[in-house]
Amino acid sequence: MKISRLLKTIFMIDFVTGLLIAIKETFKAKKTINYPFEKGSLGTRSRGEHALRRYPNGEERCIACKLCEAVCPAQAITIESKERDDGSRKTVRYDIDMLKCIYCGLCEESCPVDAIVQGPNFEFATESREELYYTKEKLLENGDRWENILAANIKADSSHR
Amino acid sequence: MDSYFSILFTEVYKILFLLVPVLVSVAMIVWLDRRVWAFVQKRRGPNVVGPFGLFQSLADALKYIFKEIIIPASSNKLVFVLAPVVTMTLALISWAVIPFGEDFVLADINVGILYLFAVSSLGVYGIIMGGWASNSKYPFLGAIRSAAQMVSYEVSIGVIIINVLLCVGSLNLSDIVMAQQNLWFVIPLFPMFVIFFISALAETNRPPFDLPEAEAELVAGYQTEYSGMMYAMFWLGEYANILLMCAMGSVLFLGGWLSPIDIFPFNAIPGPFWLIFKILFLFILFALVKATVPRYRYDQLMKLGWKIFLPFSLFYVVLTSSFLLYFDLLPVK
Repeated sequence: MKISRLLKTIFMIDFVTGLLIAIKETFKAKKTINYPFEKGSLGTRSRGEHALRRYPNGEERCIACKLCEAVCPAQAITIESKERDDGSRKTVRYDIDMLKCIYCGLCEESCPVDAIVQGPNFEFATESREELYYTKEKLLENGDRWENILAANIKADSSHR
Repeated sequence: MDSYFSILFTEVYKILFLLVPVLVSVAMIVWLDRRVWAFVQKRRGPNVVGPFGLFQSLADALKYIFKEIIIPASSNKLVFVLAPVVTMTLALISWAVIPFGEDFVLADINVGILYLFAVSSLGVYGIIMGGWASNSKYPFLGAIRSAAQMVSYEVSIGVIIINVLLCVGSLNLSDIVMAQQNLWFVIPLFPMFVIFFISALAETNRPPFDLPEAEAELVAGYQTEYSGMMYAMFWLGEYANILLMCAMGSVLFLGGWLSPIDIFPFNAIPGPFWLIFKILFLFILFALVKATVPRYRYDQLMKLGWKIFLPFSLFYVVLTSSFLLYFDLLPVK
């Protein structure tokens, strides 16, 4: 026992075995994806960039109930509302400070009309802080852009809500 | 005056001809290191900037250049600024004596190996200066560790070099290469080659002997307070040193610019390429070791250096010299 251990140390058997394993692993398939060119799959509940959705006829879903503003733990949402000419209550201002936001998803959960949602887009890095203070226009534009995926996600998830 | 300038210009030209490729290959070697490391761990490594990510180091260098250099208020500013300069300069001037081919060496001095040894010993000064001038706990501890480690392993490298010199009978690096024409020293002195390799890992603070910058214990060791280009210079110096150790290993044991067998397809390849292949081979081994082996404990490191490597290489000196004397093979009568 003792001698074999000594010989093992002198001839660095463990070290050489380790090196050979390392060389063997080199030629195996990679476990990581080639990120910017290849992307991993996202779940239907993934919480990325926010979006404000519209009804199919183009009407904004948001009714300015301010539940999201109230529930937001980071107080990132600011809403101002006004009565529109046809008597419905709508927002005139809907700002999200994406730098304050902690992406908890509570706004989405609290929304009674599925207006504010968090989409699958997580690649919205910018070069300045100002660009991350999202306004209503920006959020509605996001909603228009991602509507297909957002609607599909909400539908897929409907049985759990 | 005229001749003075002509000599100056030819020398500067020669130095640039050597240093620019060395610096470029240092940048490439950083990429290679990261890539090998990633491959062993089944990752992809840097592969976006340029073909196969080859220009990653250039992008990193650009980033470092534009970063702010922060000098701590309580530091000794002159020494703090000087430390990375010293590290980098010492790492680069050693390349003067490395022979890339027959009569293809910047300074063909007769004490080449001694010069290499002296300069690589001085390398510890850059680290000590950086650690001391930072006036902070972690850099200081890192510098102390590094100094102790480098001094310990310098001793065993010195004794290993004596083994080679016994077989050559000259301190000139070109002579050392020419003496290996029939047989590379890696074959008769194989145990010494292994010990040289391990000592070179310790000498250049590479894993598994990267205790001076053990991030779990010392943040980043002597580099903790450095930022921007000064940090990058430490880094460049470190990798230039690693490359130099690989070059030294290939000159001392792997026959420098000589081709492995002296027959047609092999000896048609020019010498410098063979040296580059050998340096690359040793470097990939360095990188594989980095990816494989866990870090040594400090007492184990010291034990390995003083209680195992030093006695064993001393014993091998006795063995080599008795062998040479008994079979009447001494190179210098």
